[in-house]
Amino acid sequence: MEKLLEILNELHPEVDFETEERLIDDKILDSFDIVTIVAEIDAEYDVAIPAEELIPENFNSAKALWALVERLMEE
Amino acid sequence: MQIVSVSFLLFAALLLIAYYLIPRKGQWLLLLAASYLFYLWAGVEYLAFILFTTLTTYGATMLMDRNLRKQAGFLAENKESLTREQRKSYKAGVKKTNRVFLVLCLVMNFTILGLCKACLVDPLRTAAGSGTFSFLTLGLPLGISFYMFQSMGYVVDVYRETAKAERNPLKIALFVSFFPQLVQGPISKFGQLAPQLYAPHPFDGRQVSFGLQRMLWGYFKKLVIADRIAAAVIALRAPEYTGVSFLVLTVFYAVQIYGDFTGGIDVTVGLAQALGITMPENFIRPYFSKNIAEYWRRWHISLGEWMKDYIFYPISVSQPMLKLSKSARKKLGNFGKRLPVYVASVATWFVTGIWHGLTPNFVVWGMLNCFVIVVSEELSPLYERFHNRFHLKEKRWYGGFEILRMFLLMNLIRACDLFPHVGNYFVRLGSLFTTFNFHILWDGTLMKLGLTGLDYGILAGGCALMLAVSLVQEKKGNVRELLQGSTALRYCLIFLLLVIVLLMGSYGIGYNASSFIYTGF
Repeated sequence: MEKLLEILNELHPEVDFETEERLIDDKILDSFDIVTIVAEIDAEYDVAIPAEELIPENFNSAKALWALVERLMEE
Repeated sequence: MQIVSVSFLLFAALLLIAYYLIPRKGQWLLLLAASYLFYLWAGVEYLAFILFTTLTTYGATMLMDRNLRKQAGFLAENKESLTREQRKSYKAGVKKTNRVFLVLCLVMNFTILGLCKACLVDPLRTAAGSGTFSFLTLGLPLGISFYMFQSMGYVVDVYRETAKAERNPLKIALFVSFFPQLVQGPISKFGQLAPQLYAPHPFDGRQVSFGLQRMLWGYFKKLVIADRIAAAVIALRAPEYTGVSFLVLTVFYAVQIYGDFTGGIDVTVGLAQALGITMPENFIRPYFSKNIAEYWRRWHISLGEWMKDYIFYPISVSQPMLKLSKSARKKLGNFGKRLPVYVASVATWFVTGIWHGLTPNFVVWGMLNCFVIVVSEELSPLYERFHNRFHLKEKRWYGGFEILRMFLLMNLIRACDLFPHVGNYFVRLGSLFTTFNFHILWDGTLMKLGLTGLDYGILAGGCALMLAVSLVQEKKGNVRELLQGSTALRYCLIFLLLVIVLLMGSYGIGYNASSFIYTGF
């Protein structure tokens, strides 16, 4: 989770990813950011996030994103 | 039957009455019958196209659904005995089989769409720009680009298991053919639209009234604004209009396409609302955007969402792209990290371009958009430093400047639509730097474009009204909601708008109100 927060902070240093829960709904992250995050996660955790998982519910908060990464790791 | 016609209004009125009189369980069947009647009215010869998409959509999703149910049963039965690897391998096998059905369905449908666009669009007719704006009235089966994208989106969703397959073929037939959106979208997602189509809808006077008001507003934009200015847009495409005349063309076209497309969508969304169905918004005051990314989040939203979900994301997070990202970041640093995003953007904008038409100008249009997006993205750190250095973001005038800059830039790119021979477009674009004929603004040239002084007056008033309404929406929200407090004022305004549409709508001999620009795409 710490490494994930690092990835997110590097992308948008002005955002408090530990508390923000509307990253997509409030348009803080756009589609370019999402793809960059997916590539970073793939490089860091060796977890490929498929296109069907690129939905607001999975990217609205760092917590939700981490839950997705954990789920995909288990699968 | 076109949605700007008396027959359509009668059709809609009869449908609304019947819809709320019959038992609610049968409402969706009535919608299906009405949708097919509407479609047949456009031409019996096109029935085969929509039936083909309906049947292939139904067939592919049923086959995938059968496999998924079999998979669920097998995994449940063997829950204890299967290892994690065995479960994974079984699922992968099912996915592979379903992928065959998915690809077959997509290839068959998009081949037909491609052939229709290649064979039924007459580029010479488009280029000639005949008096009735033939660019707008092409021989494509009604709504094919819209219903096909919507249906294929559903097939992909079933494959991805993000939508549950509908087993009733008649319900699928309604999802594909729901008539208000056949003309020019919006392209809805199955999960958002389908449950509403099949659900019973009790009469809700407020919703019906709001829906009809929105239809009236749409007719105003289409008939009073878009169709009035169309004559000048056609005239200004002639070769002699260069330099400042071209700039005028881009602004006039911006007004026309906004009135035409958003007006048509208002009629669609309004009618659906009167039927108790909430459709996705396709526009959020796009001309107030401050950068191109924001513009495309506000203009033709449903197409942008479709492209993002089914083209941009699958390409940009595919294994080859992730590999490219890993190797490119080593060699190119931060730019390398973004390379897959840019590759996917080029593919997405190429598809978006050819969705509009198979003529080269639409491909160029897509690539121009992509170019501006990529350059903006690369320059964004520079912009940010510049903004911070001079505290520009805190200044109100700078916000206005950004909106104006984006409006003019998008106008220049959009004008590519108007020149199927793309060389003609670049000649006009180049003339902006060589021909400074500002005198056309006051020497009477504008009066030779098929518009009278009265027309210009009506257009100015109409645009001012659209701007005022947009500003209120931007600052305070839904105008109809705001007017709820004052019944007298509300009815006065509705009556006034109705009179304006009836008296100032662009009618007359040879006038073809039927054509919506996006119906031709």
